[in-house]
Amino acid sequence: MFVMPSTRRQAAIAGALVVVAALTAWVLVARVPGWYGRVKARPASAAAPAAAGSPGRKIKASLFYVSDDGLRLIRVERDVAFGEGTVEQARQIIEAQIAPAAGPLVSAVPKGTKLRTIFVTESGDAFVDFSAELVSGHSGGSTNELLTVYTLVNALCANLPAVRSVELLVDGKPVETLAGHVDLGRPLEKNLAWVE
Amino acid sequence: MTLFRFSSSLLVATATAGLILLAVDPIGGQAQAPALTILSREGRRPLPLTIANDQELVVLDDLAAAFQLTVRDEPLGAVAVGYKGKTVLLTPDQALVSVAGRLVSLPSAPTRNGRRVLVPVEFINRALALIYDSRLDLRKSSRLLIVGDWRVPRVTMRIEAGDVPRIVVDATPRTESSVSQQNNSLFIKFEADALDLAIPAFQPQALVQAARLLEPVTLVIDLGPRFGGFRASTQPLESSTRLTIDILPSQPDAPATPPPSTAPPPDLSALSQPPAGLRVIAIDPGHGGQDDGVKGAKGTKEKDLALTVARRVKAAIEGRLGIRVVLTREDDRTVALATRAAVANNNKADLMISLHANASFQKAAIGASILYASFDREAEQLARSSLGSERLSAFGGGLRDVDLVFWDLAQIRHVARSGELAALLEEQFRDRIPLSAHPVDRAPLDVLEAANMPAVMLEMGYLTNEAQEAQMSAPEFQNSLVQAVFDAVVKFRDAPQGGTR
Repeated sequence: MFVMPSTRRQAAIAGALVVVAALTAWVLVARVPGWYGRVKARPASAAAPAAAGSPGRKIKASLFYVSDDGLRLIRVERDVAFGEGTVEQARQIIEAQIAPAAGPLVSAVPKGTKLRTIFVTESGDAFVDFSAELVSGHSGGSTNELLTVYTLVNALCANLPAVRSVELLVDGKPVETLAGHVDLGRPLEKNLAWVE
Repeated sequence: MTLFRFSSSLLVATATAGLILLAVDPIGGQAQAPALTILSREGRRPLPLTIANDQELVVLDDLAAAFQLTVRDEPLGAVAVGYKGKTVLLTPDQALVSVAGRLVSLPSAPTRNGRRVLVPVEFINRALALIYDSRLDLRKSSRLLIVGDWRVPRVTMRIEAGDVPRIVVDATPRTESSVSQQNNSLFIKFEADALDLAIPAFQPQALVQAARLLEPVTLVIDLGPRFGGFRASTQPLESSTRLTIDILPSQPDAPATPPPSTAPPPDLSALSQPPAGLRVIAIDPGHGGQDDGVKGAKGTKEKDLALTVARRVKAAIEGRLGIRVVLTREDDRTVALATRAAVANNNKADLMISLHANASFQKAAIGASILYASFDREAEQLARSSLGSERLSAFGGGLRDVDLVFWDLAQIRHVARSGELAALLEEQFRDRIPLSAHPVDRAPLDVLEAANMPAVMLEMGYLTNEAQEAQMSAPEFQNSLVQAVFDAVVKFRDAPQGGTR
């Protein structure tokens, strides 16, 4: 039988869907209970000091913002809420990174972008799922796209030794690119060439 | 086995489908010729041919049905063939036809057989192709008519007999393939949509017994019981990829590791040195259609600027260098990233430049920059595991896959030359148009990764900078940029291959 590319593409998409479904199932069955354990535990332990009027536990983390010339990122040390375990700490770092930038700092993450979910495989590949604003709010241009992507990739890889690479998802799905340039089909590793 | 009785020219990928249908579709009166197989998005269809006076003819109504053409009788016996508002006019007893007002010659005049009008088969590529909106590639010797941009490499093979028989498979244009072994057969799978395959007739031998096509894109070599293992390597030739497979006999008959002298290693220098000369350049105007790209404050859209400049680059290079320039989009339309690289690959482009305009979060950012592909360690390892020395010493035995290249990582082999091209562009831009403080960068850019040739992305400047937005729309800037690209292409063409490596 002759298989035309459209059919092959459909087959590839079907295959990809099966993989995604399997991954999701695996995450739900094997991973989520563990995270829930951690996530649920956190408010209890964090609530106590908060109730006592003392700030929650913090860690120092490197966050990334746009340099004055707009061509690179700068690294800024910030206090970030402590998270128990790699996944919870990754969540706290990303939440801090995508929060509106204070003062003169300029964020490369589009306004309104929310973190949906995050998981980290045992081999250290982080899958970070963002809301649609990451794409719809993006200005385009390869420089800005590279700065957005490496803000998020570096925020995890530079702070968490357990995270080896990062794959960005949007609205629960893999995306080809954010704005037509940077390949998000493969997990990306830390890249400090984009940091001043 | 019966396959080997056909002449090589008949033994194309189409053999089974095309020939069977031909047998049940006779055309009254005239001698039959093997049907053409139309290969298109809809699959495969036969197009019957007849022979008269040594000329292969096709019935116009069959063509009309296959390609949604209108056929209309005109005064004085003329026939108008229409497609989407364009017309080819056929005049009786004239080997000249008028194609949208242009005269095109055919090997013979159209003839009538009752109500039927027959035209030489060359009508398809000489006349119809000029008004049709998809590419029409007529391969007469292979009986194939390819509609659209499918990857259908011509694949030829030969067998060199000997103690260690060698199978040499050439795929034109260059096409990646992977070799795997299952039981007593080798499966050579090509990165293509179909194969235009010619298998020579040969006597079954102790080690190599048969070769056959496994639809759609796999060449299967059936091996004899004495088969002990294999060794595969690829080598890019000028316009084709050569796959060389040595078939090693099993242990009792030959040493497990044949002395190196029996099979000279492939010429490694050819692996890293593409052939000289530029024949085709792909220019990729970024974004388009629903994707505006960056929008400047005064309303300039990246997609429009990229297309304007791309057309000017094409005109300059084609007009003054005689090098064919292929645009990945000719107008304002949405084109997938994968399609852009595929257009460059399918047209055998020798280099690709993707044209873009940039954006920065800081309004001050200004200047052009050139990017070429970077690959993370993992991707490089993936590619190297199949491209490096491991492959050359890969002995068969047991179940073993020898992947020769990953299609979506095709750029890895060309990164050094891409870097040279980027450096040449930077050199030509300097003092002519504003350059970014980081004029050359590397990044994992989607459109470049699958490009199987030196490839760069050219960011012409920042539309987020008001002054630069105005400047980039002006003819002076575009003239300087087009001239700089032109000069860089000339230098790239004339530079020694791998000079900066």
